[in-house]
Amino acid sequence: MAGIALETYGTYDRARTVRGFGRGDARFRVLTLAAALLVVAIFLGVLAALIEGAWPAIKAFGLPFLWTEKWNPVTEKFGALAPIYGTLVTSFLAMLIAVPVGIGIAIFLTEICPNAFKRPISIAIELLAGIPSIIYGIWGLFVLAPFLQSTIQPWLIDVFANVPVLSSLFEGPPYGIGVFTAALILSIMILPFISAVTRDVFETAPPMLKEAAYGLGCTRWEVMWHVVLPYSRAGVVGGAMLALGRALGETMAITFVIGNAHRISASLLAPGTTISAAIANEFTEALGDLYVPSLIELGLILFFITFLVLASAQLMLRRLEAAGGKK
Amino acid sequence: MKPIFRHLTGLSVSLAVGVFAAQALAADMTGAGATFPYPIYAKWAEAYKAKTGIGLNYQSIGSGGGIAQIKAKTVDFGASDKPLAPSELESAGLTQFPTVIGGVVPVVNIPGIKPGELVLDGKTLADICLGKIKYWDDAAVKKLNPSANLPHLAVVGVHRSDGSGTNFIFTNYLSKKSPQWASDVGAATSVEWPSGIGAKGNEGVAGNVRQTKGALGYVEYAYAKQNTLTYVRMINHDGVAVAPTAEAFQAASAKTDWAHSKDFYVVLTDQPGKAAWPIAGATFILVYKNPPNPAKTADVLKFFKWAYAEGDKMAADLDYVPLPDSTIAAIAKSWHDNIQNVGM
Repeated sequence: MAGIALETYGTYDRARTVRGFGRGDARFRVLTLAAALLVVAIFLGVLAALIEGAWPAIKAFGLPFLWTEKWNPVTEKFGALAPIYGTLVTSFLAMLIAVPVGIGIAIFLTEICPNAFKRPISIAIELLAGIPSIIYGIWGLFVLAPFLQSTIQPWLIDVFANVPVLSSLFEGPPYGIGVFTAALILSIMILPFISAVTRDVFETAPPMLKEAAYGLGCTRWEVMWHVVLPYSRAGVVGGAMLALGRALGETMAITFVIGNAHRISASLLAPGTTISAAIANEFTEALGDLYVPSLIELGLILFFITFLVLASAQLMLRRLEAAGGKK
Repeated sequence: MKPIFRHLTGLSVSLAVGVFAAQALAADMTGAGATFPYPIYAKWAEAYKAKTGIGLNYQSIGSGGGIAQIKAKTVDFGASDKPLAPSELESAGLTQFPTVIGGVVPVVNIPGIKPGELVLDGKTLADICLGKIKYWDDAAVKKLNPSANLPHLAVVGVHRSDGSGTNFIFTNYLSKKSPQWASDVGAATSVEWPSGIGAKGNEGVAGNVRQTKGALGYVEYAYAKQNTLTYVRMINHDGVAVAPTAEAFQAASAKTDWAHSKDFYVVLTDQPGKAAWPIAGATFILVYKNPPNPAKTADVLKFFKWAYAEGDKMAADLDYVPLPDSTIAAIAKSWHDNIQNVGM
């Protein structure tokens, strides 16, 4: 604004007007700064509140809290290993299933799908993202778990019975609920995030590049793998990390189907627990001096895990961008 | 921007005034705690308000929350499914009394076994929950059920994953009947379960039991009755196999010497009596012995006095078991002896 020449008409004071613009700008700057600082303040406030709430447990158990499996409310001996393990394993398995499927959906939608089906399929996927997690939980418990228990799980146990390693991964009575079922539900829940984001970034790949590749006689697979994916991989990683963030914190759906046992089992079919499921289950009726602080410390650990995941995602994105720049 | 700001300020001021006015007007009692008795407290409160105009604002946030809130003096009474030990009551200056009886019913899913057909005793139940009895055709189960056709089917234990009074009553019973359970696991609203899967709430346990062949779980009596689950008959303290009925729960309380048990610190598990169901327990109210606000506490006591006198039918409709008259007399005496300045 200041660049525009202002002429003085009669009593009109040019300097005053310009100062007015300046004050408006300053006020605007303060407002936006306040908004930005508010986020930082909330972040620090949450962190401080978590540390304060968890302090009795941190003092009582120290660092071994992180690698102790025992979780006994009666003797007030608590350790976070089982929930940490459950959180990481369910999220990892969910990503293992959802990332390839999600990218597959995105490729189909952008490259292969006839135009008439594009919108219905896209809308269906976006609706999937809008389903509340409690609905996934109820569906998982009453529909998916019995189905897995009567069909998929006995089959897995039989097929891998004599294969080393895999036999212990798929072992034991088919409960229907457990770590495997929880991971499956999670993968369905995070699928829309991955496919929606990757579809959008695939569409940003310049048509000239693709057409040139096709012109050279590349197959669809080669175009996707060598042209579109390298072009858009930063976006794909971003979508996957968004999904991972959701998977780590998911609570209600997991608690319905994971079996909520503070145990670590080699078998994926056995019950386990996650950090958020343990908190949701036990907080209301937690009695005693160390029970609630231990649950809050679990929350603090989840806070750090999520922070680490997001930070490593940023790092990865920066590396990818740097590598892309060199090409 | 300025007029908008002024409007907002005006709005928030009037809102604040409104909130304070509402607080000043309402003479409602406030309470917080156990979720298990919430439906009956809500029903009693509705009928009581229609009669007296005094309402009850009860937050069913869980027993732990209820105990914390009464200790912080933010509510007029706390509610807990687990009685507090006399020493804990003493140090906090609180007293407690029971309101209604609830019970826990083991339920199973074994092909070919009908409701009430399977009989178990406390020791066998504890061994199943400890994971020592792995199959339904185990000798210990067969011995109690010589005529039942028990299949060679793996036992899947299903327990409550959320902390709950139901857990407390169930584990308290197992602790009384099995020394190993008492030493390895113990009794509390949440314990470290040695085996099985955890499910959230009565509905979660019932759902898992219904879907899993070989499952054994436990639910609140009201829930088992309303959903017609395959319940187990239990052998009680007197050696009689009883079915879970309202009469059997009341019988569990009938012979209990409430008057001589300090602060009603009694869990109604494994009580004597031929007809008594062995896994029962009352739910409790906590108030101050020397209330910070005697008028409010008097209101609370009047409310429960009315509920004991008039509320049995409402409780029975919701499948809670009302306290026997002898117990109510003991409560009235305890109020008179323990709570000051409320005119009871």
